[in-house]
Amino acid sequence: METTALNIVVLIKHVPDTQFDRHLSGPDNTLDRSESILSELDEYALEAALQLVESSGSAAGEARVTAVTMGPAQAVTAVRKALQIGATDGVHLSDDALAGSDAAATSLALATLVRHLGPVDLVLTGMSSTDGETSLVPAQLAARLELPQLTFASTLELFDVDGVRKVTGRRDGDAYSYQLEAILPAVVSVTDQINSPRYPNFKGIMAAKKKTVTTLSLADLGLNPSDVGRSGSWTDVVEAQPRPVRAAGTIITDDGDAGIQLVDFLAAQNLL
Amino acid sequence: MSAVLVFVDRPATGLGKPTRELLTLARRAGEPVVALAGEASTDIVAALGSYGVSRVLNSAQPELSEYLVAPKADFIARAAELADARAVLIENSTEGKEIAARAGIALKAGVITDAIAVAADLTATKSVLAGSYTSTCRVRTPVAIISVKANSIEPAEAETPTEPAVEAVTVDFGPASLAVRIVDRQDKPVSTRPDLSEARIVVAGGRGVNGDFTPVEELADVLGAAVGASRAATDAGWIEHSAQIGQTGKTVSPQLYISAGISGAIQQKAGMQTSAVIVAVNKDAESPVFEIADFGVVGDLFKVLPQAAEEIRRRRNS
Repeated sequence: METTALNIVVLIKHVPDTQFDRHLSGPDNTLDRSESILSELDEYALEAALQLVESSGSAAGEARVTAVTMGPAQAVTAVRKALQIGATDGVHLSDDALAGSDAAATSLALATLVRHLGPVDLVLTGMSSTDGETSLVPAQLAARLELPQLTFASTLELFDVDGVRKVTGRRDGDAYSYQLEAILPAVVSVTDQINSPRYPNFKGIMAAKKKTVTTLSLADLGLNPSDVGRSGSWTDVVEAQPRPVRAAGTIITDDGDAGIQLVDFLAAQNLL
Repeated sequence: MSAVLVFVDRPATGLGKPTRELLTLARRAGEPVVALAGEASTDIVAALGSYGVSRVLNSAQPELSEYLVAPKADFIARAAELADARAVLIENSTEGKEIAARAGIALKAGVITDAIAVAADLTATKSVLAGSYTSTCRVRTPVAIISVKANSIEPAEAETPTEPAVEAVTVDFGPASLAVRIVDRQDKPVSTRPDLSEARIVVAGGRGVNGDFTPVEELADVLGAAVGASRAATDAGWIEHSAQIGQTGKTVSPQLYISAGISGAIQQKAGMQTSAVIVAVNKDAESPVFEIADFGVVGDLFKVLPQAAEEIRRRRNS
């Protein structure tokens, strides 16, 4: 069924490890990114891309899965990890002027970057970043690129109708479950229900050493620095306060009446 | 006074609590105007009037429900222009946030999601980094788009009800907005329990329930609570995925959160640590959940939960 080999861009983000305490600081209340990793939720997008390539019958070496990130110098670590897992090549958009970008500025930079990379079949992303947690970027990226937005997919398949390549996926909401369909190229985000991401193996780690990571700046994309970063953002974080640490409460060991003591506690808090 | 637009999406029967909250917020921040998708029935328009809505911009175009998200964003963008709105308020559901995202691009408007409070000057408060920080945000654009979490304000009707003028709006959808078609739609059965995101009380079970949610559900029902779960429990298939609370599930902030058989690792904590009161029941005294619990029981949930449910029934009957 294949006409041409698949060309997929996977957007990944280098984010502070959620296993540890995270901090906001500085005049713009930005996030300390020193202890960062490839966002866990992006691994599902990468895995989805690799599975689509594997099931498409594309000849080895023909299909492309490009891992793309924007972020400070150390964000290249996330791209390297993606190459070890199986991405074929990487792109790192790195420019000091990008610091402090909100979703609007991020989606502008990424849309410009995707256009710069040339025609693609799919732009795949995770369901959200694990730091900003807004889920705005995939929708804004699709809107800016004027591409179909098939988001929060928990299944994903490509199929062909009279030579037209299409994508279909399931989207589960609280009140509904939808089967969605779009013509490629499309922007697709996937949930953590879609697959079990693979780990890099020894062969993958060795192979990654020979793969290319292209570093681009805003000038390479023809983007004006004032259109991104803090100056290009449409929102401000005016203030950020750490949440007060929860004081330790009363802990009891059940001697047979803990359920009753629990109800006593609820009654004392006027919660019954 | 400038208009604050509230998006109301095809209300089936009456206005939901999240909508009534948004209308209350809109009235405090400006003149409440509604973008209503679906039929503008007499009942719905009257209900909007009781919240002081002056104007209803209505579209019942079939594209709004035949395609994913994008047509709704186009409708809101058009309605915001017609109303010359300074702000758009929308529910903070998965879909609501995506509609906000796209309307933001269309209107060149800053988008703030997950607001837990919105001041009259449209400064929004939100809980960030999995509840470990509280931040205050503002947009820098002429129009603000804010998605607001449920339970942000007590809904209040206007002192003087209005008779909103209903104006039909026809949106000219571009091809990019009609690109993701809903080819099959299955409505999920409506639960008799409160919605997880809106509930005042949540009882949640995890690995410790070992496949049997009965004691969790029994206590939830006696308290009129919603039922939640940890990722371990939803991944195991013991309960539907939409019940998941945590980093990749729902974030809840109820008056009371009862955690049963959940260790409280960071992924789970992310979804519930802003709850007003936390009660934990777990066999393992070393569980991290006890570090954030106001009241903790080291014990067997299969004994403690039924005993608590029985005690609540006994007190109510005496």
